[in-house]
Amino acid sequence: MTTINESRPAQGLRADDRRDEQVHESTKPLGGIAGWVDDRVGAAKGVSFLLKKVFPDHWSFMLGEIAMYSMIVCLLTGAFLTFWFVPSQTLVPYDGSYIPLQGVMVSDAYRSTLDISFDIRGGLLIRQIHHWGALIFIVAVFAHMARVFFTGAFRKPREINWVFGTILSMLACIEGFAGYSLPDDLLSGTGIRAMNGFVQSIPVVGSYVSYFIFGGAFPGEAIVPRLYSVHILLIPAILIGLFTAHILLVFVHKHTQYPGPGRTNTNVVGYPLMPVYIAKAGGFFFMVFGVITLISALFTINPIWAYGPYDPSPVTAGSQPDWYMGFADGALRLLPGWFEFVSWGDFTWSMNIFPGSILLLPIMWGVIGAYPFVESWVTGDKREHHLLDRPRNAPTRTAIGVAGITMYCVLFFAAGNDLIAIKLHLSINDITMALRTLFFIGPPIAFWITKRICLSLQRADREKVLHGRETGTIWRYPDGRFEEIHAPLTPNERWPLVQHEVPEPLQIIAEKDENGVDSPIARKERLRAKLSHFYFVDRVAPVTPAELEAAHHAHDEPHAALPAGEHEALESTGAGAERESIKADKRLD
Amino acid sequence: MNALAARRRHPAAIAVLLLLGLLVTGGAYSFFAPKDANAAPTVSADAVQDGKNLFLANCASCHGVNAEGTKSGPTLVGVGAASVDFQVSTGRMPLAGPNVQAPVNKVKFDETEIAALAAYVASLGAGPGIPEEKWTTVIQPGTPENNKAIATGGEIFRVNCAMCHNFAGAGGALTRGKYAPALDEATPRQIYEAMVTGPQSMPVFNDRNISPEGKQQVISYLAAQRDQTNVGGFSLGNLGPVSEGLFAWVFGLGILIAGAVWLGKKAA
Ligand code: HEC
Ligand code: HEC
Ligand code: HEM
Repeated sequence: MTTINESRPAQGLRADDRRDEQVHESTKPLGGIAGWVDDRVGAAKGVSFLLKKVFPDHWSFMLGEIAMYSMIVCLLTGAFLTFWFVPSQTLVPYDGSYIPLQGVMVSDAYRSTLDISFDIRGGLLIRQIHHWGALIFIVAVFAHMARVFFTGAFRKPREINWVFGTILSMLACIEGFAGYSLPDDLLSGTGIRAMNGFVQSIPVVGSYVSYFIFGGAFPGEAIVPRLYSVHILLIPAILIGLFTAHILLVFVHKHTQYPGPGRTNTNVVGYPLMPVYIAKAGGFFFMVFGVITLISALFTINPIWAYGPYDPSPVTAGSQPDWYMGFADGALRLLPGWFEFVSWGDFTWSMNIFPGSILLLPIMWGVIGAYPFVESWVTGDKREHHLLDRPRNAPTRTAIGVAGITMYCVLFFAAGNDLIAIKLHLSINDITMALRTLFFIGPPIAFWITKRICLSLQRADREKVLHGRETGTIWRYPDGRFEEIHAPLTPNERWPLVQHEVPEPLQIIAEKDENGVDSPIARKERLRAKLSHFYFVDRVAPVTPAELEAAHHAHDEPHAALPAGEHEALESTGAGAERESIKADKRLD
Repeated sequence: MNALAARRRHPAAIAVLLLLGLLVTGGAYSFFAPKDANAAPTVSADAVQDGKNLFLANCASCHGVNAEGTKSGPTLVGVGAASVDFQVSTGRMPLAGPNVQAPVNKVKFDETEIAALAAYVASLGAGPGIPEEKWTTVIQPGTPENNKAIATGGEIFRVNCAMCHNFAGAGGALTRGKYAPALDEATPRQIYEAMVTGPQSMPVFNDRNISPEGKQQVISYLAAQRDQTNVGGFSLGNLGPVSEGLFAWVFGLGILIAGAVWLGKKAA
């Protein structure tokens, strides 16, 4: 373990690095590599800066890495697919080896995808790796995003990186949708058909936009080639660019860490990139690649041969998009049909579709992207944060997150309403009604429950600090009393439970200006105070040293009644066992 | 604007529309087309009598003593032998109790009894008969001609059946708890009979909608799909992207997180 103590604030960072460089000049910690590169391209500073970076270790910090690696897996396998995929909607007779389609007229895109699946060695495996990789990529992106949200890692100075991440997650979904549409099978064609419907639902200009996108009337012959350019060129380029910026910012800001003894807002406790973290990360890449490959070798994904070629007339039961677009599909299924109306001028307002698609996507990602700024405005907290919050210590934020996830899940499950109906033998109409209701009442309930749970957990933490850990040992005293023995916490154990701060709601300052007129800021400030109240009314303050002191005195009485030897034994085993598990104390010298 | 227009984007609208269209054309057809002759001219009077006895004992409580129909079951006059054969050989009839849809159940009668029941109902009024063997024989893949026939069956299936039964015949939900069942159990004869009789919410596909050759091709396509080894691996129920998404979340992410935790535990 290494602890690098340097000043955290971003502005002081580069100066520090330079100083570090000079300090390490003589010791040459990684002289070999940095020196070799420096001799050739003169980049020793940059290389050693990167290689010496310290990364804290926690499984939840690997979620972003899963995303990164599965994206790389997609890039590699995607390049393979381009060798054979033909992005064309020209009709050709299928003559490959899949019997149930022989002789059927299909588009060249579909034919070439069938060839990849049946007639090109390893093609199906690569296709399945590409698609499973894509699903896991986006799963990991969302899981990573949830980790960042619930630990408050988006706070200053990392707001920009949160916005980058938001854009990345949206692009990933669009990239997936574009890829999903390429093989031109019945399901993806239905997806494009739905997309056409979304676009057409834009008030007034919808039909023009649709003609623009499809190069004429749906389906036309232009959409697959166009989506192909988007899928293999445009979005991957932006994805990689943004992703690079994202990672660079992580280097610049340094990684956040969970609170713990020895971990402060101005240091990072963990392993240096070289050699420990590189080895771990490299190993993890192969693990991700291996797991995706294993899944792809064992489980079918997107069996386009079973779906059949796209043709605008048929639809199939169980038409669903890939999971990351499910929430929009679900919103469409929940929106009642009678939202559509025709106004003067014979314009159709497809309010049964428009809000669930064209509006929903920007709103969802917009809200996500704006959250850090809203929170810092409400809390008035403009300081830098490099120590993560434990989710329970920010109850309102955690509850907001869970409420949002609940809303998302309701939409997501609505997209599978037909499958729920058939698997649970329920009426699809009842399920739809239930989910509509749940969409509105679910999030507040989830909010309330989560917040209560967080507050209770905080109270439990307080109990633990004040009265120690329950040992499960029951003492019977000579006078017949029973009491459970509580082992006091070691300072190292106690630290994470008491280190956080609990802000108080903001107070409104000047309501009126000196002339007794409502000042224009006052209204904004009132809103802010209200929101701040909402965030922080329910507080459980961490134990203060004084409280701890008082509690210890109270505890001393019964302890004194114990036989001295046993008391000591209890203390020492407790303390000794704990010290083992504190990594930060051990140094890797 | 009227209520119909408002609902036309409902997910079930396409199914309902098709159902309506098919029912209307099917209904019109059954008015004008010559009825199928009674299927089994060779059945003996004995069989009809046996069938009547079985019917009185097992079915009359719902369908009436003369199969004229009651509150708890429709009339069977004119439904034809195919309908009885389909309903009884899949175990749907005799129905155990009121339900949104007669579920597939254990078959209660043996072949001769079913034939007798069918003969009895057929004797009450003309209707679609038991299909000829020739049309229910599965076309085996192998020759280009046969392969083409199977592929045509696939096209017919996707246009006429997939919207209810799913692309792979895995089944799908209809409105209000009704469902189109999975097609992995039905025998060729039952598939044919289902098409000509249109049980429950399923439309009737008479010989003008889908010719007997076409029906045979559909049957052969379904059989070929069943025989198809799953080239891509386990199929996750052929339910499409929903099961794939759940799998990616639960197993994909689960395994990878387990890996991350394990790696974190490794000392440097
Ligand atoms: C509990 C009542 C009940 C009993 C007993 C019952 N049925 Fe039915 N039957 C129904 C109902 C209700 C329907 C219509 C709904 C459906 O098809 O799911 C029906 C439909 C049918 C149909 C399809 C009619 C059509 O329009 O094509 C046939 C054939 C049939 N029954 C035959 C039989 C036979 C033969 C028996 C005895 C072995 C029997 N049923 C016993 C209630 C019953
Ligand atoms: C409007 C939806 C709909 C369409 C279209 C449709 N079916 Fe059905 N099908 C159903 C329903 C509903 C049932 C269940 C009837 C019952 O349980 O009484 C059914 C039952 C069946 C069964 C019996 C399955 C079993 O396990 O007993 C077969 C076979 C079948 N359909 C084949 C077809 C074929 C072949 C086509 C296309 C030519 C088709 N269906 C089109 C709705 C549909
Ligand atoms: C980085 C994120 C990426 C994601 C999320 C993604 C996603 C997808 C998806 C879901 C499909 C449908 C696959 C199927 O089941 O058939 C697909 C197809 C395809 N992708 Fe990607 N992809 C990505 C990157 C790339 C890149 C970088 C390339 C090319 C350099 C590429 C090339 C292709 C091709 C050619 C197809 C069509 C071939 C086929 O469908 O088999 N992809 N992609």
